[in-house]
Amino acid sequence: MNYNSSSIPAIQAESLTKEFGDFTAVDAITFQVEKGEIFGFLGANGAGKTTAIRMLCGLLQPTSGSATVAGFDVFTQPEEIKKNIGYMSQRFSLYEDLTVKENIRFYGGIYGLSNEAIKEKTGILLERLKLHNEAGSLVKRLPLGWKQKLAFSVSLIHDPAIVFLDEPTGGVDPVTRRQFWEMIYETAYGGVTIFVTTHYMDEAEYCHRISIMVNGKIVALGPPSGLKNKLNADSMNQVFLKLVRQS
Amino acid sequence: MRTILFILQKEFLQIFRNKGMLPIIFFLPLIQLLILAYAANYDIKNITVDIIDNDHSLWSERLTHKIFASGYFKYHGTPQNIPSAMEDIKDDRADMILVIPPDFEQNLIRKNKQEVQILINAINGMKAGIGSGYIQSILQDYNIRIRKEWMHATAVETQVSPQINVTDAYWYNPYMDYKQFMVPGILVVLVTMIGAFLSGMNIVREKETGTIDQLNVTPIRKVHFIIGKLMPFWIIAMAELAFGLVFSWWFFHLSYAGNIWLIFLFAGIYLIVMLGIGLLISTQTQTQQQAMFITWFFFVIFLLLSGLFTPVNSMPQWAQRITLFNPVAWFIKVIRMVLIKGSGFSDILPYLMIITLFALIINSIAILTYRKKS
Amino acid sequence: MSVFFSFIKKESRHIIRDKRTLLILFGMPLIMIILFGYAIRNDIGNSKIVVVDEAHDPYSAQLIAEINASKYFEVSRIVGNEASLNHEFQQEKAAIAIIIPPDFSHRLLHLKTAQVRLVADASDPNTATILINYATAIVHQFQQRLFPSAAISLYIQPEIRMLYNPAMKSVYGFVPGVMTLILMLVSAMMTAITIVKEKETGTMEVLLASPLQPPLIVLGKITPYILLSFINALLILGFGILLFQVPMRGSWFLLLAECVLFTLTALSLGILISTTTSNQQTAMMLSLGGLLMPTVLLSGFIFPLKSMPVILQWFANVIPAKWFIIILKNIMIKGAGWHEVWAETGILSAMTVFFVIISIKKFKTRLS
Repeated sequence: MNYNSSSIPAIQAESLTKEFGDFTAVDAITFQVEKGEIFGFLGANGAGKTTAIRMLCGLLQPTSGSATVAGFDVFTQPEEIKKNIGYMSQRFSLYEDLTVKENIRFYGGIYGLSNEAIKEKTGILLERLKLHNEAGSLVKRLPLGWKQKLAFSVSLIHDPAIVFLDEPTGGVDPVTRRQFWEMIYETAYGGVTIFVTTHYMDEAEYCHRISIMVNGKIVALGPPSGLKNKLNADSMNQVFLKLVRQS
Repeated sequence: MRTILFILQKEFLQIFRNKGMLPIIFFLPLIQLLILAYAANYDIKNITVDIIDNDHSLWSERLTHKIFASGYFKYHGTPQNIPSAMEDIKDDRADMILVIPPDFEQNLIRKNKQEVQILINAINGMKAGIGSGYIQSILQDYNIRIRKEWMHATAVETQVSPQINVTDAYWYNPYMDYKQFMVPGILVVLVTMIGAFLSGMNIVREKETGTIDQLNVTPIRKVHFIIGKLMPFWIIAMAELAFGLVFSWWFFHLSYAGNIWLIFLFAGIYLIVMLGIGLLISTQTQTQQQAMFITWFFFVIFLLLSGLFTPVNSMPQWAQRITLFNPVAWFIKVIRMVLIKGSGFSDILPYLMIITLFALIINSIAILTYRKKS
Repeated sequence: MSVFFSFIKKESRHIIRDKRTLLILFGMPLIMIILFGYAIRNDIGNSKIVVVDEAHDPYSAQLIAEINASKYFEVSRIVGNEASLNHEFQQEKAAIAIIIPPDFSHRLLHLKTAQVRLVADASDPNTATILINYATAIVHQFQQRLFPSAAISLYIQPEIRMLYNPAMKSVYGFVPGVMTLILMLVSAMMTAITIVKEKETGTMEVLLASPLQPPLIVLGKITPYILLSFINALLILGFGILLFQVPMRGSWFLLLAECVLFTLTALSLGILISTTTSNQQTAMMLSLGGLLMPTVLLSGFIFPLKSMPVILQWFANVIPAKWFIIILKNIMIKGAGWHEVWAETGILSAMTVFFVIISIKKFKTRLS
């Protein structure tokens, strides 16, 4: 079964649950993400976003429910999932003491790219980020915004079908955030599914569809405009506040 | 396999780029080898002695002369009486007081027997024990000599009873060079520090900085990751061992009786045990600080019970039983056997088997407890 | 000031929450003192001896029995010739060998003199010397018993008195040593690492931006460690005195005051290390190599300083642990008072001040 040529959804979750002892971090969430979609995953800190994303990436074993990512089961095929996804975590995920080029080479190698492919990818990537002059500098010397863009590009190095971005724009200035979202759009346009968590409500407007999590549950799901209409709100910020108050 | 190469490359880049780490890996061991070889020395010398000679006879003066000619003792002074000599002991200016009573010579001749009093600072029990051993054997020697001279001079013919003459030989280390004994053990310590300390901390560092999450979502195989992370330290430690062996041969003029390759063979497996311990610690800890403390904790126990400083044979039964599970003790034993005595493959085979068993057990546990998933 | 105290509280909470580290901080001194008290010994008992009996006569058999009966030796094998001796040693099957040549009895009875050879594995020179001494003594004893000679003439009898530690217990020296080591470990190493950790994770900058003065920040961070190391020191003292009967002949007040002083010295060293590095691994290796190794090796804790080359003896003078160990031994075992330890105390205080000054200088240049 080939994911690319089929009509399988990118992500499909059915009552996905994670408990830590008595505490239910993720409470039976059900949703579906279509191919090529930019899916926003919103929620306050501690709402369960990161736990959910970690389950979908195969980093965390779910307690119950079911889910598939790129057609693979999270319980039984986590290693297959890993070949087909990219991931960028909220904590900075490149090696600060390696250069830009060395980081690209390392991750390319880890994903099993051939030496030629790595070389080619490196060229394209540096070109796109206009980082040619910085190829040999240590990552720790780059400004945060560039680091984030680089980390995003590196997470795409093996042409994954789906990319998980866990708060990718935390601590970045508005201009860079804007540029970052342009990159996301570009990537989605190329057919890659984007699964992004954020707590910037203005960013939510950029998503095709969003889900809002409160206390481990998905309390709203739909396109931003639809949610605003439904809740009679002017902005996503209001939507969010209303939902939190309700529950 | 290619994945391992990529990880190796990355690890070496990171190690060689860390300006603080380089001297620690290459310079510190050298310093330690130098200092330890000279400092870790139970060869007791320079015991300072106060002499209270109340006799001032020819014999008493010959006795004091003989004591200082032995090379173990250093003259400090001739205080007037015991209380003032005790002050020297109290202030650590003297380690020992020899009191020769008045009429020492006369009493020996008249009564055939005379006591001399020896007071030793015994706070360091071992040093006191060895010091008292030295002085007793010097006294005995001296005693035999004056007895012979006396008999000769007075022409007394005593009836000869059968005598057993004991001769002794010290094999493998005829010059009784303490370095020959200590340096191989010190090399084990150095290799162990690289193996267990740095490897464990290195993995925990990826946890602390968060890069481990990034690696865990890649299709990288657990075993590949572990091998790639640990192998650099295996290589560095082996290189350090080679360097240490060459340096000690050149600088301390040590001679190696056995086959050096046996040491490398054993060290190769031993390091796998140590790296496994490092890995195991890294799976059980979240921060480098924790990892370091746990490693340090075990390192101290391993080292104290390794036979490096004190013979395993002198330990109580329960402690000797613990050393059976101490890889450091096995390696120190083997490196001494091979380097000093020239033990061969068949001699160390049992120990090779034991250490291989350790390697298998530790690494199985470590790999099983290491998870990509939580 | 209340900010300062809340800071201490925060730091203490960090420590208390980290159960593993805490366990080690308190378990380590305990285990070390037990190992040093019970396991680390030099007295040699029951070593394996190979007998090469080329005589096979009544006297040789008696001698072998005598050796086996001694508490120092256990006959591992009796062989006919010395060809296999090398092998016995190489396989660690024996530590010493005794060779009784042919015609032992005959020579003893008729020629009035016989030979016995001792061969020791001298890998460890001290053990070899001691074993040879024991074995020689047994042979002489055997001779005395068989052929009691007339009263020995001109006998010099040594009367040896072991001062301060008549039983020559090694714990007497180890308790001060372990105390020093633990204080160094907890105060210096932990301090260096916690401060560097804040640097590494970037939280140090946040703290520096707070209204608190930098020295107060550092003080706040280390106060819990001062307490911790002090409790540790008391623990070791307690164990040493109660479990191993190490005497405490001097003044408790003076002893505790000196402990406080050394804790401060160690802390100042820890701070100094933290100002020179910004990475935990480096800080750890620096503390390990620069503090703990010298504390173990060059302080007179395990190895007597006087046996070392002059350069090392001279170098030992700049190691605070050396002076602290002298102070501890003098107070505890010799019962010394203030007028006997003031010089060492002065040296330690001067060192502490010196380290603090350098740290402050380094700290300032970092900030500007």
